[in-house]
Amino acid sequence: MSHPGILETKEAFGETTHIVDPAQIVAVCRYFKDEEKFIRLSGLTAVDWHPSEPRFEVVYHLHSVDRNARVRLKCKVHGEQPEIDSIYSVWRAADWHEREVFDLFGITFRNHPNMVRILMPLDWDGHPLRKDYPVHGYKYSYPNE
Amino acid sequence: MNKSLEDNYSTIAAVQEQPAGPAAPRRMTLNMGPQHPSTHGVLRIVLELEGETIRSAAPDIGFLHTGIEKQCEALTYAKALTLTDRVDYLANLSNNLVYCLTVEKLLQIEIPERAQWLRVMMTELSRLNSHLVWLGTHALDIGAMSIFFYCFREREDILRILEMFSGQRMMTSYIRIGGVALEPPRGWEKAVGKFIRGFPSKVDEYENLLDSNPIWGIRTKGVGYISLEDMLDLGVTGPMLRGAGLALDCRRTQPYSSYEKFNFDVATRTGNDVYARYQVRLQEMRESAKIITQALEGMPTGPYQADAPHVVLPDREKMKTQMEALIYHFKIVTEGFRVPAGEVYQCIESPRGEIGYYIVSDGTAKPYRVYMRTPSFANLMALPVMLKDTLIADSIASLGSMDFVLGDTDR
Repeated sequence: MSHPGILETKEAFGETTHIVDPAQIVAVCRYFKDEEKFIRLSGLTAVDWHPSEPRFEVVYHLHSVDRNARVRLKCKVHGEQPEIDSIYSVWRAADWHEREVFDLFGITFRNHPNMVRILMPLDWDGHPLRKDYPVHGYKYSYPNE
Repeated sequence: MNKSLEDNYSTIAAVQEQPAGPAAPRRMTLNMGPQHPSTHGVLRIVLELEGETIRSAAPDIGFLHTGIEKQCEALTYAKALTLTDRVDYLANLSNNLVYCLTVEKLLQIEIPERAQWLRVMMTELSRLNSHLVWLGTHALDIGAMSIFFYCFREREDILRILEMFSGQRMMTSYIRIGGVALEPPRGWEKAVGKFIRGFPSKVDEYENLLDSNPIWGIRTKGVGYISLEDMLDLGVTGPMLRGAGLALDCRRTQPYSSYEKFNFDVATRTGNDVYARYQVRLQEMRESAKIITQALEGMPTGPYQADAPHVVLPDREKMKTQMEALIYHFKIVTEGFRVPAGEVYQCIESPRGEIGYYIVSDGTAKPYRVYMRTPSFANLMALPVMLKDTLIADSIASLGSMDFVLGDTDR
């Protein structure tokens, strides 16, 4: 498994993680799907490492049915105007997962066909899964918290 | 409604598409839900109709979003377990199990064999519970009323067994980090044995009841077709995938909790339609009954919790006599236990498909990030493809065959 977009490969707890250059994520996903037979996008999410930079990690879980293997791809994204290319053109499964990450983390996916909130109300303020977002939301404050 | 909200609503693809030119047939936009009985929860679907044919369908989810992933970050590992029950409230034990397996992978603790077998048995009972609720309500939607009462009769027996084991009927939290919550009560073999001996004949009864009904065949055969390529591309898993002939089952391909020691078949059918999915689930009920029987007959003896005093709450009796046990109890309850830093993804086969938890730990007593890859969310993405160019009356059968739980979708 080698592609110029893969910057680093780690093994931990019996799982493989590839750190991928965010500018080449679509090419790397395409490579994993076509060459390495990882035909399923199992899940897509993000992790917020506030306040360190680069703040976000976008995490992709791929699954190969033929090889019975799983692999994790990670892209680091900066906190100011977080943006990354959408992989909707590789797997249509990315559609809702990317909308969810946009909704809850505020990371915009370029070239996504319909980049709107999916779980929270459309007029919601803020992105709840960010670490600087309080558990009770902005609207309510509790004196003891 | 403010301006930005209006802008956002207009981006929903189904609303935007308007027919061009006078020759195009008239289209009607129909709002289905969010309180439609056949969606079994709060799901809204915007349908674009041409006569009785659906030209496009846009599901709108999020009405049941409760921020469980965010809440998990504010609780200790042991406390966050109770939230996982509420994600998929029909298969709560599957959620407990996958959460515990993920945390145990991070902690790297060995689970005793008896606890693993108890977990398998209870998870399979909850799979039966989930499939029974699905069969009853799905048939009710299509118009076969009486099957509902038969299914809920057996479901009641399962809930009684769950109550016997854990004290709760639905939100059991029976599977805990390090093992299971309690030693099974006296007489459990008799209760489970009595239920499981009678169960396979009950499945035959459901099959007879439905298959001898010609309306059932007409409403389900050839309805809700979606190709295998589309399903793999859209991330669909579970009985829907196996109803298209692909034997993908995490219990077999990536065994966990000693599933490799059990003898069972992965049910598959070809047909890609509502009827194939119904047959797969019926067969899965029979296979689950086989697994439970094996677990009952070969249940190993030994402890029901791991030997990890820093993680597992001590025995009540030890707490009253040993100082160390009391200290451990105090530490676990007040500040929780620390989990080594790292990240782990673990998936299991829930009644609806692949359920995977991705937990990131930063070395403290609270999870840094809990991501739940829920099967209902991924499966529901296939709905627009499945409903396109089908009749509106068939949409109820197609929806039912997906077997989604909205709590699982919205989390």
